[in-house]
Amino acid sequence: MQLEALVEKFKQKDEKAFEALYTMYSKSMHGVIYNIVKDNDIAEEVMQDVFVKAWHNASSYSFEKGRFFTWILNISRNAAIDKTRSKGFKNSKQNLNSDFFVDILETSDSLDNSTDAIGIKKFVTKLAEKCKKVIELLYFKGYTQSEVSETLDMPIGTVKTRNRQCIQELRSIVLKNGY
Amino acid sequence: MDIKAYIDSGILELYVAGALSEAENQEVYALMQQYPEILQEVLEIESAIVKLTGNVSKSNTIKSLEIIKRTLAFKVKDDTKVISLSKPKYNWITYTGWAASIILTLGLIWTANQNNQLKSTIQTVETQKSQLEIEIEYAKTDLDKAKTLISVLRDENITQIPLEGQGDFASSYAKVYWDKDAKRIFLDVDGLPEPPQGTVYQVWSLTLNPLTPVSLGTLDQFTTDENKIFEINNPNQSEAFGITLEPAGGSQSPTMEKLYTLGVAAAS
Repeated sequence: MQLEALVEKFKQKDEKAFEALYTMYSKSMHGVIYNIVKDNDIAEEVMQDVFVKAWHNASSYSFEKGRFFTWILNISRNAAIDKTRSKGFKNSKQNLNSDFFVDILETSDSLDNSTDAIGIKKFVTKLAEKCKKVIELLYFKGYTQSEVSETLDMPIGTVKTRNRQCIQELRSIVLKNGY
Repeated sequence: MDIKAYIDSGILELYVAGALSEAENQEVYALMQQYPEILQEVLEIESAIVKLTGNVSKSNTIKSLEIIKRTLAFKVKDDTKVISLSKPKYNWITYTGWAASIILTLGLIWTANQNNQLKSTIQTVETQKSQLEIEIEYAKTDLDKAKTLISVLRDENITQIPLEGQGDFASSYAKVYWDKDAKRIFLDVDGLPEPPQGTVYQVWSLTLNPLTPVSLGTLDQFTTDENKIFEINNPNQSEAFGITLEPAGGSQSPTMEKLYTLGVAAAS
């Protein structure tokens, strides 16, 4: 089924469509959330909340505003950041390490059953430091282009083109090689 | 419009990241609808990001889906499928169950029907029983009467007085059994003809000197009484008994022209 038709059905509270979209994006959302909260169980909980919230607010999504993926990605990032700001979370996670997604990928041995992971691991370790940071901030942290520009002390135009190059590299590994 | 330059600008990567303004988002969306190359580019960027972010996750998304479905109270479709897959196994039980319940229902109806029939039979029997009881009661009464009569006939202290037919009614006869101690008589009038309509036999106790009749009453039950024996109280010192035919209701004094029978008690 076309993604657009699927999302349309989801907006009309179709349970099957919801499950299909969940299957497509839940792992991705969990990855993003985990990269922020750095705790697997908490990430799982937040991810569940995100999809429950998405179901309840399904009608508020519109295609004109952006991709469905981007919509749920925003919900996930905001939910994860909210979680890190909650009192209970702060108390239990005093020593939050500041690992990037790259570090998580490099240290994650539990992913050995996934052939994707090996390929991506190889890829990300070879990525330029600037690429890793750009991807981290734009996709995992939800920074705007000007925020990335400020953080990395890089003109906005450069952020755009640099990111484009990084993503094209990513695509060549992830998609073209069939991972 | 230079589509390639537009794609190369890197705006689509930012679009997927959600890093653009609302106006820019609407612009990209509009162009995506217009140019399939732009849509294709967006799909590939999105796919790559989904893969990358997914690889950071160690989530058991299936377990989480179950929790979410429970939270949202979704219909549990998977369970329904499991049942339908093993349907033949359950059919046997289902059919047997239905068959059993139908048989049970029919059995219950039959039992209820039987019960009603039995009830009505009992009703009939009860009615017959009470009728028989009444008949027995009648028979007992009759038996008592007969016993009384026998005892009267056998009693030594009872005086028997035959009443002879008189004048025009010579063929008539009657008999009085007088129990003086109990001050009663038993009057057998089987030898009297049926009284004509509107008339009634009247019994008299007589003293002969002077001739004084005392009414002992009328035999109103003459036609209906089967054995034609009547028990009548008689406190009098009777010397004779007579029976006359009188108008219905009886008379003050006997109509001598209609004296049917007369008998004199033996001097004692």
